[in-house]
Amino acid sequence: MKVQPLEFEKPIVELEEKLEDLKKHSRIHDIDFDAEVRRMEAKIEQTRRDIYMNLTAWQRVQIARHVARPFALDYFMRSFTDFMEIHGDRLFGDDKAMPAGFAMAGGHRCAVIGHQKGRDTKENLMRNFGSAHPEGYRKALRLMRLAEKFKLPVVALIDTPGAYPGVGAEERHISEAIAVNIREMMVLRTPVVAVVIGEGGSGGALGIGVADRVLMFENSYYSVISPEGCAAILWKHRNQAAAAAEALKLTAHDLEKLKLVDEVLPEPLGGAHQDPQRAMADLQKAVVKHLKELSAVPIDKLLADRYQKYRRVGEYIEAAK
Amino acid sequence: MGIFQKRPFGHGSSKKKKDMPEGLWQKCPECGDVTHNLELTQNQRVCPNCDYHFTQAARERIEDFVDPGTFEELDADMLSVDTLKFKGLVTYTDTLKKHQKKTGLKEAVICGTGLLSGRKISLAAMDFHFLAASMGSVVGEKITRTIERGTAERTPVILFAASGGARMYEGMLSLMQMAKTSGALALHAQAGLPYIVVLTNSTMAGVMASFASLGDLIVSEPKCTIGFAGARVIRETTHQELPAGFQTAEFLEEHGLVDMIVHRKKMRATLAEALNYLSPKSA
Ligand SMILES: [Zn+2]
Repeated sequence: MKVQPLEFEKPIVELEEKLEDLKKHSRIHDIDFDAEVRRMEAKIEQTRRDIYMNLTAWQRVQIARHVARPFALDYFMRSFTDFMEIHGDRLFGDDKAMPAGFAMAGGHRCAVIGHQKGRDTKENLMRNFGSAHPEGYRKALRLMRLAEKFKLPVVALIDTPGAYPGVGAEERHISEAIAVNIREMMVLRTPVVAVVIGEGGSGGALGIGVADRVLMFENSYYSVISPEGCAAILWKHRNQAAAAAEALKLTAHDLEKLKLVDEVLPEPLGGAHQDPQRAMADLQKAVVKHLKELSAVPIDKLLADRYQKYRRVGEYIEAAK
Repeated sequence: MGIFQKRPFGHGSSKKKKDMPEGLWQKCPECGDVTHNLELTQNQRVCPNCDYHFTQAARERIEDFVDPGTFEELDADMLSVDTLKFKGLVTYTDTLKKHQKKTGLKEAVICGTGLLSGRKISLAAMDFHFLAASMGSVVGEKITRTIERGTAERTPVILFAASGGARMYEGMLSLMQMAKTSGALALHAQAGLPYIVVLTNSTMAGVMASFASLGDLIVSEPKCTIGFAGARVIRETTHQELPAGFQTAEFLEEHGLVDMIVHRKKMRATLAEALNYLSPKSA
């Protein structure tokens, strides 16, 4: 797939275009520009490093939203084997923004859930841009119950701008669907691994995100509110999203420092979409490693640890008694 | 409505409004009637003319709700921290100070224990006047402790919810309070104990998508705004017409989320009666 450059990647693209011109010129006029080409290539590499090694929070948000990034179904089908999808919440419908099913990873039978985005208009109509309705969360819960019953660990891949803000979602109680999932995941009697693969949009992400291990890809983000939404409220304008993204401490590395993320999965230079195969292999390795560790923990200890993991979160001061 | 005798038409009319000192009088957004603040407070901040429920301060609410003199406040001194060193137009610390000064509260929730018709309860009341009762670490921690006290002492938990949602200034620490509070509720439920949530105006977003939706009973005051996404966001995202009464308590009772809508003055009696049904038999 031809990858569309992001705004901040323009300097790289311009240099690459110059290089192409140079090579073409060399061919047509049969002149040896080899030294010049090598110099140019080195400059491109240096520029790439300068940009990608110093990404701002807002630039990472843009990479997290990149349309060529691997999505949940890509991982289900390539990081896992034997993916089998199940449909429907047995209450209202089947939410295609939240595919769910079973798959194998390193000998582990898994229940897998994820938010799914589309790559074009047609796909996005079907996937609702990765914004699930209550049915998605309730289907996820149904699958988690099956996982508990048949002792399958749960792997949840998070990639949503947020749960869907719409009339139908409210009429069918999106809040309640998310709340129930969060409560049930806190006490689900089977290991849960969650990986933020792209966008971790607020409650819509947490609705499948309570886990024994929370992993994040290096250029994914996880936030209480979208940078644009935060900017609109606290800066009075959505165009301040970059400042909001910085302030919210939403990057994988920020959240690792805050001890809210257990492991950050490195991405190829420039983002997972630059080398999807590698991202899919890395996710597989990481998931299998954590499942292996978690499956060795007695279930009561696992649940006690999970409770404490979330119980500890929060900073405050208390006057001495 | 109609539970209480209505005042004669024109009671407290607004004709003297110009002479009124600032803050002493309150205009009802529903019927336009103007009532003296003192009278309004004595009337549990319900409009004497039309029964409109004004936002009630958490402390007043608790005093009106529990048996007189039985409330014991706990975790009263907990204070928020600017962990993220949030870089906005105003600092989190200044925002907190402003709201502490405005409300006389340290944070957006008051918690403790008390008696309801002689039965011990663990309770929390959120105060919308304090930063829209948004949930940060302190709100999450105090509510979690309230629930855990209920579990440890085998008492019901009653929670008056109000909130604009998560506290942005605390970023993901704020979002994770949804898991912390909901986890505590899971254990309280496993212990077979009752949890009643009372939704008040407004209860939205992250609070609605966690403990406020998890009551064994979900009770609401009349005409509150309740929902996940704000109406403006929904309109901008979907370009849809919003149905009449969308996201009101009445709409949500009709759509099957709210168990009952209860007038503020009936809340005490109603919840005491509900607990007669919901308490474990041995208790
Ligand atoms: Zn009125």
